[in-house]
Amino acid sequence: MRAALAGLAALTLSVTGCGGGAADEPTGGTVTVFAAASLTEPFTKLGRDYEAAHPGTRVVLNFAGSSALATQLTQGAPADVFAAASPATMKTVTDAGDAAGTPAVLVRNQLVIAVPEGNPDRVTGLADLARPGAKVALCAEQVPCGAAAKAALAAAGVRLTPATLEQDVKGALAKVKLGEVDAALVYRTDVRGAAAELDAVEFPESARAVNDYPIVVLKHAGNPAGARAFVDHVRSDAGLAVLAAAGFQAPPSR
Amino acid sequence: MSRPPRRRQRVPLALLVPAGLGLLFLVLPLAGLLVRAPWTTLPRRLAQPGVLTALRLSLETATAATLLCVALGVPLAWLLARVRFPGRRLVRALVTVPLVLPPVVGGVALLLVFGRRGLLGSWLDATFGVTLPFTTAGVVLAEAFVAMPFLVIAVEGALRGADPRYEEAAATLGAGRWTTFTRVTLPIVAPGVAAGAVLCWARALGEFGATITFAGNYPGRTQTMPLAVYLALETDVQAAIVLSLILLTVSVAILAGLRDRWVGTA
Repeated sequence: MRAALAGLAALTLSVTGCGGGAADEPTGGTVTVFAAASLTEPFTKLGRDYEAAHPGTRVVLNFAGSSALATQLTQGAPADVFAAASPATMKTVTDAGDAAGTPAVLVRNQLVIAVPEGNPDRVTGLADLARPGAKVALCAEQVPCGAAAKAALAAAGVRLTPATLEQDVKGALAKVKLGEVDAALVYRTDVRGAAAELDAVEFPESARAVNDYPIVVLKHAGNPAGARAFVDHVRSDAGLAVLAAAGFQAPPSR
Repeated sequence: MSRPPRRRQRVPLALLVPAGLGLLFLVLPLAGLLVRAPWTTLPRRLAQPGVLTALRLSLETATAATLLCVALGVPLAWLLARVRFPGRRLVRALVTVPLVLPPVVGGVALLLVFGRRGLLGSWLDATFGVTLPFTTAGVVLAEAFVAMPFLVIAVEGALRGADPRYEEAAATLGAGRWTTFTRVTLPIVAPGVAAGAVLCWARALGEFGATITFAGNYPGRTQTMPLAVYLALETDVQAAIVLSLILLTVSVAILAGLRDRWVGTA
């Protein structure tokens, strides 16, 4: 109810903002952002910051596995900005002709082994996950974190039978938090967000499975000016600082 | 047959139009699947190893879940229909909770009880070394949790509709409660049990949320058709359509085939 009221208020504000003069407020209105589940925390903050810096605008965030988002977008879901967790998922959107311009790599993320606080099983690397009786959650190959996990395991020459292949990285994370698995391969940023319950074990092969996060303004954006302004905001030094604080790394080119 | 049956009655347009729209709304998405199905590559896609594995697992777990529901649900329905006890209304409400509960919540609840750290699960793990999440048994449990109310409601309805005088007559003739139940009550409500079992089976076959939350997703062990459809949608919409089509065909075939034969139109 409160969200609905807030939405109504924002809508009223944006309508009056547009009526007041579209020229001096070109970035008003609502910006709809589809973002990978792993971007949930920093993008929520970035969205609030953006709203504060641009009074009268509203940022609507939709988080899910980026492959699912890409499917929704290519099937016509209305959005202004897409931030994916891998170039491959972004490619499905650009290939479908749904992107305006070329995606820019925003940040990169690396896999870690998430283990319960204190690392009770003393996991030190990928090889430990293949121990008999060890229960491990991975992401399904179809989603970026699963593709990265597969690459990392291949690089380490480790073969393991996971207990489950989750549909997104938050699913894998939840299974460790609940204690149903002993470990999960998730992003460093995910563990940082759950530092009270989980520890991260770094492993060298994760360098072979780095995920770049591209961001792009969508072709059928209802609010292209707002979309560009939001992307600029996310890519500004202040925006990148928020992402770095969440554990993301800067892309090598910057 | 004194009066000739007048079948053709005039249907008011005010009812016919919304009824037609309602039917269209339910059938159109299914037609969408048929229209968009990649018919030319269908045989090749069906032959892919994961598809049949998921389908077989779905059929097996739904059947096992239905058997479990019949074994536990029929006595529960009998209790609700035939025995007066304090708190019966509450029990009846509790039994139907999984109907309205989001399946994901059901999955979380199951984890908290049967999970490795769960109330009963930790005991099972410590005593027998048995963990239910990520196993086929876990899938059956998740499906049974979500589908059982369908059976209980159907059977309870049948029991309430059945004339209790047959049971009373059996009792006066010296039959015990168990004999009365198995020899008199059960045969009377058999169509109700069959109807409930079919509904229960169909619901179990379509279960997604509780399954992926409680049993996880692993091909061949816990990946049922709905899970396979969801994951296929992440990368390959065509594959998702094919999988959906199979699930739809199986469900409709079973529902249509059984409904007329056993459920009747009573």
